[in-house]
Amino acid sequence: MRLLYEANIEDIAIGAAVLGSGGGSDPYIGKLMAREAIRQFGPVPLYSLEELADDDLVMPVAGMGAPTVLREKLPAGDDIVRAFHTLAKYAGRGARATMSIEAGGMNSIRPIYIGARLGLPVVDCDGMGRAFPEIQMTVLTAHGISASPFVMSDERGNVLLMNAVSNRWIETFSRSCVMHMGATCAIALYSATVAQLKEAAIPGTITLAEEIGRTLRQARRHERNPVAALCQAIGGFLLFRGKITDVDRRVVAGFARGDARMRGSGAFADQDLRLDFQNEHLVVRIDGEYIATTPDLIAVLDSETANPVTTESLRYGMRVAVIAIPCAPQWREPAALALVHPRYFGYDVDYIPVEERFRS
Amino acid sequence: MRIGVDVGGTNTDAVLMDGANVISSTKTPTTANVSEGIAKALSTVIADSGIEAAAIDGVMIGTTHFTNAVVERKHLTPTACIRLGLPATVCLPPMVDWPDDLRDMVGGNSHLAHGGHEFDGREISAYQPDEVREIARKIRDAGLSAIAISSVFSPVNSTFEEQSAEIVRELIPDANITLSSEIGRIGLLERENAAIMNSCLRQLAARTVDGFKAALDELQITAPFYISQNDGTLMNADFAKEYPVLTFASGPTNSMRGAAFLSGLRDAIVVDVGGTTTDIGVLQHGFPRVAALAVDIGGVRTNFRMPDTYSIGLGGGSLIESDPLKVGPRSVGYELTEKALVFGGDILTATDVIVAGGSEDIGDAGAVSHLDASLVAAVQARIMEMITIAVDRMKTSATPVPVIVVGGGSILVTGAIEGASEIIKPDHFPVANAIGAAIAQVGGECDRIFSLAELSRDEALDQAKSEASNRAVNAGANADSIEIVDVEEVPLAYLPGNATRIMVKAIGDLVEA
Repeated sequence: MRLLYEANIEDIAIGAAVLGSGGGSDPYIGKLMAREAIRQFGPVPLYSLEELADDDLVMPVAGMGAPTVLREKLPAGDDIVRAFHTLAKYAGRGARATMSIEAGGMNSIRPIYIGARLGLPVVDCDGMGRAFPEIQMTVLTAHGISASPFVMSDERGNVLLMNAVSNRWIETFSRSCVMHMGATCAIALYSATVAQLKEAAIPGTITLAEEIGRTLRQARRHERNPVAALCQAIGGFLLFRGKITDVDRRVVAGFARGDARMRGSGAFADQDLRLDFQNEHLVVRIDGEYIATTPDLIAVLDSETANPVTTESLRYGMRVAVIAIPCAPQWREPAALALVHPRYFGYDVDYIPVEERFRS
Repeated sequence: MRIGVDVGGTNTDAVLMDGANVISSTKTPTTANVSEGIAKALSTVIADSGIEAAAIDGVMIGTTHFTNAVVERKHLTPTACIRLGLPATVCLPPMVDWPDDLRDMVGGNSHLAHGGHEFDGREISAYQPDEVREIARKIRDAGLSAIAISSVFSPVNSTFEEQSAEIVRELIPDANITLSSEIGRIGLLERENAAIMNSCLRQLAARTVDGFKAALDELQITAPFYISQNDGTLMNADFAKEYPVLTFASGPTNSMRGAAFLSGLRDAIVVDVGGTTTDIGVLQHGFPRVAALAVDIGGVRTNFRMPDTYSIGLGGGSLIESDPLKVGPRSVGYELTEKALVFGGDILTATDVIVAGGSEDIGDAGAVSHLDASLVAAVQARIMEMITIAVDRMKTSATPVPVIVVGGGSILVTGAIEGASEIIKPDHFPVANAIGAAIAQVGGECDRIFSLAELSRDEALDQAKSEASNRAVNAGANADSIEIVDVEEVPLAYLPGNATRIMVKAIGDLVEA
């Protein structure tokens, strides 16, 4: 066990944005929420799964909705507490701890907010090790852990509790309900015992996010190349450096889809990159050849500062580095891979782990 | 005839223009009381031109004074904030992301009330006038009269902000109120931050603008005067007193617009070489390309659209070290005319090396004749290398583009820039920023979320364009000259009905007095 203070949150937020693979929403709002709660209620204990008893119950919380709306209609805070308490009431017993479902983006930090407010430990693990656009896209689903009972709550006090036959159905129902709630809401879901999570969850991801944040911060302070420092620290691969020459966006079935084109510079001169995204970055092609695909993480970083760039802020003329980070090994098991395979997103290509692509 | 003035941290520049012709120009040091520097610059350009003060039709002033006030934490008025949006937004109250020292100075007096809208125009909760009245009473009792009012999604619907302002005025008749919907875009914290800063700066703005007016009166200039905004457009003096935050970062914009005007180019890279830094920006269709990221002013996050510039520590006053060779980033800055060798000082600066190279004749060339020719060549090569790398950073393709060099330190550019199709040093390059102020137009913006299920995309675009155009006309633009200069559409994830955020900017010529 260790305590998370304000300074830890700063690093976690930056790392979470990298793990967000372009999505998961800018952690800025989440960072401020957690920071204020820690200032008011004190630091938050972070536990590893091993430090908890096997039959302890863990109840994850998250936010759901449109990132642009969230920047305007800031969360109430009480909505998350309400969702959490409702899930506990329905489960018939209290939770020992909370955790993140999605270590990428803002949902890495929401559990820390509730941890501070309720004096509750946060478990150092999550269900994705990155960000993905749909609720069933977790390694927990692949291990048979149900997202139901599922609770969503808005700032007004509306609370919806759902039981669905599959995690995919939860995704379907919640997506239409979140609209009525003004396109953002708090959710509590995937309650599981520590024993189940030891089998299924991706361990150490909050610490990983923090390590990424710390690496970037220290590299900048010592004027080292932050992109290279990051790749070295977490086993990432530099795919490309260049400038964004075009960004094409469209909304397909409620998702922000699109692609960005880049022209290489330096060692990548004369290369053309195409990056496809659906909320998160999905596949990268250089001169027509696939070079990295989901579920491996694809991050676009400002070429100078290595600040992660979200899909919504990709813009013509930005100078960026594109890196790939091998996904958590849990994603490479067949049941998990099927949930987030390039073919699920409509790309007719086999998944080849990025480190294998680089070896050949 | 128009006079353009640029009040920078170091110099106050002025130009007198007749249509497209520059009649006279001057550079004078900026004074602690900025009006004195302006008066001096104005009297110089008028005297040099030999015209009568009565022949001047307008004076356009660009100033960094208000940005500096926030950065330096000076002259700020304690300000209260009322936010309408309960029960949403509670966990992040106003000024939550301000540096502690600045929040303490401004007072941290903030209040949450019911109201606000959803992205689609529905109300978050019923607006409660009595609740706002009670808050207004508290603000009055705290002795505050500077107030910012924000409401969730007020760029979509600003009625709650307006109704609250009326209630506040009933209780505090002399209240100085800024509505967030008047100055910002979507992004509640950023827009609210800008509104609070605006109310903080209004007293200073009133004093400063009145000082400008007094300076003009003294010179018997009766023409109206205008202040430049960060997007390269103008606001009149009364509007500037109301919205001082809109001047933030107007300096780089003016210099790039001036470069476009002087060179006649609409698409180019602009290299503005000053005394300490060189700013590189990109002109697209005659306007600066804007930065994508949130912009910090004095440590506070705002979402103003600022020019995307890249700065390097290179200028006319840059210090030169020979072993190992180093140019900048340290600089003698505004003390160049005392400390540089050619001006009788004892510090080797970039300007001295350029004079020694023989391409310029400034000050006493004899004072640098002892410099080693190989050092001179090496420094000149290093300067060009620094500029070339910075220009390449800002380019969007390998295709060569024209590079326009402006600013007082332009003499530093003595060689070729790789990737430049041509290098243009237009006439009057040292005062491009004042020229940018002089030629500025007026504009208006629209930033809203449209549901493309209810409207076609074309109808939504038309609506946004006419809203932006109307705002430009209200700001003083000639309706016949209105041009849409920027359209941006961002489809919103997770929202069916094709909700799309549309941002439009319209610009037109100032109606002639």
